[in-house]
Amino acid sequence: MATEFELNGQPVTVDIENDTPLLWALRDDLDLTGTKYGCGIGMCGACTVLVNGRAIRSCITPVEAVSGASITTIEGLHPDGQHPLQKAWVETQTPQCGYCQSGQIMQAAAMLKDFPEPTDAQINQAMGGNLCRCMAYVRIREAIKLAAQEMKEARSTKEQETGAATNE
Amino acid sequence: MFKKIFGAVVALGILALAIFLLIAWESSINPISPPGPDAFSKEQIKRGEVLAGLGNCETCHTTDPAKPLAGGRAMPTPFGTLYSTNITPDPDKGIGQWSEEAFSRAMREGVSRSGSHLFPAFPYTHFTKLSDDDISDLYAYVMSRQAIAAEPPENTLEFPYNIRLLLAGWKLLFFDEGRFEPDADKGDVWNRGAYIAEGAGHCSACHTPRNALGAEDSGKAWEGAIINNWYAPALNANNRTPAGWTEKEAYEYLRHGGSPFHGVAVGSMSDVVHDGLKYAPDSDLRALAVWLSDLAQAPGEQQAHDSSATAIRTAQQLQNPSTMMGEGERLFAHACAACHYNEPNNPNTLRPDMALNSAISAPTPVNLIRVTLNGVSLKEGIPEAMMPGFGQALSDRQIASLLAYLRSTHTDLPAWTDLEQQVRNQRP
Repeated sequence: MATEFELNGQPVTVDIENDTPLLWALRDDLDLTGTKYGCGIGMCGACTVLVNGRAIRSCITPVEAVSGASITTIEGLHPDGQHPLQKAWVETQTPQCGYCQSGQIMQAAAMLKDFPEPTDAQINQAMGGNLCRCMAYVRIREAIKLAAQEMKEARSTKEQETGAATNE
Repeated sequence: MFKKIFGAVVALGILALAIFLLIAWESSINPISPPGPDAFSKEQIKRGEVLAGLGNCETCHTTDPAKPLAGGRAMPTPFGTLYSTNITPDPDKGIGQWSEEAFSRAMREGVSRSGSHLFPAFPYTHFTKLSDDDISDLYAYVMSRQAIAAEPPENTLEFPYNIRLLLAGWKLLFFDEGRFEPDADKGDVWNRGAYIAEGAGHCSACHTPRNALGAEDSGKAWEGAIINNWYAPALNANNRTPAGWTEKEAYEYLRHGGSPFHGVAVGSMSDVVHDGLKYAPDSDLRALAVWLSDLAQAPGEQQAHDSSATAIRTAQQLQNPSTMMGEGERLFAHACAACHYNEPNNPNTLRPDMALNSAISAPTPVNLIRVTLNGVSLKEGIPEAMMPGFGQALSDRQIASLLAYLRSTHTDLPAWTDLEQQVRNQRP
């Protein structure tokens, strides 16, 4: 059956079995291989993508379940790969092997919407389902906080500009 | 002597049967030509649409979304399977030949146009409370729908439950015909909520347990019940969620399909919200919320907030992230917490907190098992947000461990029993 959804801002259609995991639709049918296969049972976070802006494990999500939804993968997080998290990842030299990082970044991007200035406890809880076998957790935490800081500054600059515009 | 007694018994029996038939007999109402949509004003049809939404007619009377109200939905009961009827204005397969008088009699007395008694799966026990105007408006709405010539499957009720005449006896026992009577001690808004809930909304049809003959057990009103393999939670003070159903919570839930202190609507309740209540104005949903929070003896908003924060905090303190001792706790940390973790003072509807969720304080784990296995679709709950099912990912034992962990750390209620078997039973 054909399933239609929006992928990184573009409408797409895949004609595959309804119960095919979204992960395989993305990697095999839509050629976006940034999203990784880890455990296949929603326990490691490597396959995390955003469905309507919220983090979802694509390996256990049947493609038909996202019919009509808007999907964002690591390729579409920022048009130039310059999302604050991606910049912070480079800045802190977070990855070691890098296999988990797409999922880590997508999970972190979703988390920062709910917890814009995350504490260690919040990061532990919301990122606890994203495993890193290189044990780069300390740098992942550092990168998230760095990105959160940049996003906070961007928000306050924007507020000042809007405030100034209103005052004029 | 014996002959005389025997004769008297037979005569009494015949007399009783005659009286019963007299009571049970209902005449046929003459057929009409379908009035067509132009027979009604747009305003009346619109009002009828809201009522049909409050009653959620469409969910039970539809199987194929392309054929709304054409019937055929199977309703498994302890007495066999009933199939909902075609209520489109098709003259042969639907109710196109029904005059407003016939429609009104069906709604209020549970008798079809032909005179046969209707099974109480059609909740005339509630619709009897509707006002004359509302019946008229509903008639206008239904008769102005597209006629669809679809025939639902035959009911497969067991003998003697398939004898419609016997329903007259059922009605004598369990059915009180009559309009809604407002409670003079309550305000207009409360009474509007009660009218919707007891009448068109027929809330207790799911939220009150039924007796051996399928009637709502009035002695256990609003205590919660299993229906269609979902648990419809208690709506009275037996509801054990930490926050309780405050007006704000109830309104939020009924309007949007989820609320921060309870979680999201799934299964049949999701249909009620997204297919039915979406037509209702805010004022009706607020009236329902006022009525519900009174029925549930809800605490004040501040107390609900504080109790919720305490419940979340307590559950988090029982977690042990540094050691992850048990299987259930490990699974929760890896598979669930990313989406379900909240700050105690600020639970987010899009991150339903398991310490607050209706499914976890229910006496039966069926809702939690079904959601864990099958997830929550984009259409259910809060639209746009979804949860994947873990049925393929986790074994029965793992899900049982996860649910046992949640029940023991996120509530102070007794443990669920036979969890692994119950999970197995819910697998397709």
